[in-house]
Amino acid sequence: MGMTYTQKLLARACGRDQVDVGDILELPVHLAMSHENAALVINQFNDIFTGTGTQPVVWDPERIAIIFDHRVPAESSKTATNQKKIREFVALQGIEKFHDVRGDEGGICHQILPENGYVRPGQIVVGSDSHTTTHGALGAFAFGIGATEMAAVWALGSLLNVEVPGSIKVVVKGQLSNGVYPKDLILKLIGLLSAEGANYKVIEFHGEAIRDMSTSGRLVLCNMAVEAGATAGVVPPDAETRRYLRDEAGVPGELDMFGPDPDARYERVVEINADELDPQIACPHTVDNVKSISQVKGKKLDQIVVGSCTNGRIDDIEIVARTLRGKHVAKGTRMLVFPASWRIYTEALKNGYITDMVLAGAVVCNPGCGPCLGVHQGALGDNETALATTNRNFKGRMGNPGAEVFLCSPAVAAASALSGVISDPREVH
Amino acid sequence: MNAGKVVLKLGNDISTDIIYPGRYMATVLPTETPKFAFADDAEFNRALNENKVPAGSFILAGLNFGCGSSREQAASCIKGYELTVIARNFARIFLQNSINVGLKMIICPDIEASEGDELEVRAGEVHNLTTGKSFAIQPLPKARQAIIDAGGLIPYVRKLLLDRAA
Repeated sequence: MGMTYTQKLLARACGRDQVDVGDILELPVHLAMSHENAALVINQFNDIFTGTGTQPVVWDPERIAIIFDHRVPAESSKTATNQKKIREFVALQGIEKFHDVRGDEGGICHQILPENGYVRPGQIVVGSDSHTTTHGALGAFAFGIGATEMAAVWALGSLLNVEVPGSIKVVVKGQLSNGVYPKDLILKLIGLLSAEGANYKVIEFHGEAIRDMSTSGRLVLCNMAVEAGATAGVVPPDAETRRYLRDEAGVPGELDMFGPDPDARYERVVEINADELDPQIACPHTVDNVKSISQVKGKKLDQIVVGSCTNGRIDDIEIVARTLRGKHVAKGTRMLVFPASWRIYTEALKNGYITDMVLAGAVVCNPGCGPCLGVHQGALGDNETALATTNRNFKGRMGNPGAEVFLCSPAVAAASALSGVISDPREVH
Repeated sequence: MNAGKVVLKLGNDISTDIIYPGRYMATVLPTETPKFAFADDAEFNRALNENKVPAGSFILAGLNFGCGSSREQAASCIKGYELTVIARNFARIFLQNSINVGLKMIICPDIEASEGDELEVRAGEVHNLTTGKSFAIQPLPKARQAIIDAGGLIPYVRKLLLDRAA
């Protein structure tokens, strides 16, 4: 019987000819990623070895990546102490894929992994972060796990008792029109599927609009697959995947490229016509509360946030800088920009984007998760409204349960910054 | 298994940001996380911290409980009070984290109960003693049962390492 991309990937990883949905496998892990919650992973990891008479040693330091991004630079002594413990562990275990609070290597984990070529097609990637689904954009089977699960991976090098998931095939026909972006597409899809519509499933992306999309856009789609409950999102690798890994991530040599079988069985097929799509907004307080921009236009904004593992890449920054160049962020609205990595920040500096945004009144902060999850900077006041290019708008998400968060594309964020209200980028000249 | 009252009734899509707000994420140890359980619900958080919620009580939720972040604090903070979560279904990572840290959770797709109702769990059903109705429990994913039986992932992996070394 034909296999989906994920079935095929899992079969190859386990050295089998066939795996079926529902099969239970022990999966070898190619890359295990953590951020500051490595502090808890270390605690659980050491606990596993208690009373075994064996020293706690990770299975393979080459396959572990740790990136500081959630609270950089540390906002409290507690975080600073956690980061210190992690640094000591990294040195002790010889973990080299470690990205500290540094301008020459730092950034958000879901940007650091792709841009450093740590992820390849056909790999199994786990991260102690729910947005690990991002890396499906490069053809990996990538998903989030908890800290104790990660501790088990560090000890064993494998994931135990994984049930082979079924897949939902999403076919995106046509082309995205001007002013409409991959973010609008994924918000539309989450609205269609609902916040739990893809629970325990993989979303496999196909169609003309996906083939034409840059890796940067595919990262946006897979990043937010988890907001429909999906275990993973995946784009079967193609020429664009090869181009990105070779030209932008510096990965030499051949890649393990394959696609799903033509007769693969999907649990559901969803078709979207990209030509008909307009900018989408996820309204408070769930990501699946998605509306067309025409229904929310004019909403007054206190804060606009551009950045995150979803939309803090150079093409996102470029859209914002070009819109703001020579103009001003509306009085009464604050605009915060968090590039997703220092490599992106540096490129934005070279291209003059940082100057464009700062002169327009935006505050450009250091790369990191920033205000997305309300732990570091840019918290909201009571009854304030924010518009953000981030991925979640849950009650309390941006640090205040009394505030509202709307989600959008960078183009909508930029257009709205000029007016101070939610605005359609197709109407800004 | 156990009996107790529904002490908190919640709707669908309760995110980990509601269960354990992001701003407390620098606190990681299971011994310390219970203090911040449902921190944005001041009344319930106070009741928990003042030990007014008996162990064995139930939190009742709708679909997709624990969606969002992978933060394990969302499971360990409830586990700290030995509460049981009953939901119509659970988000994947939360379900896995709960099993891994030993939080009791029950998938009960048709559950009907109100805050204050007395529930009893036995023989594959949740009995609402207040209304006299019973609701079938959906078994947890079979792939996870061995971990539950071992008392959590840490003892499970510890034994596995010893077995594989032998």
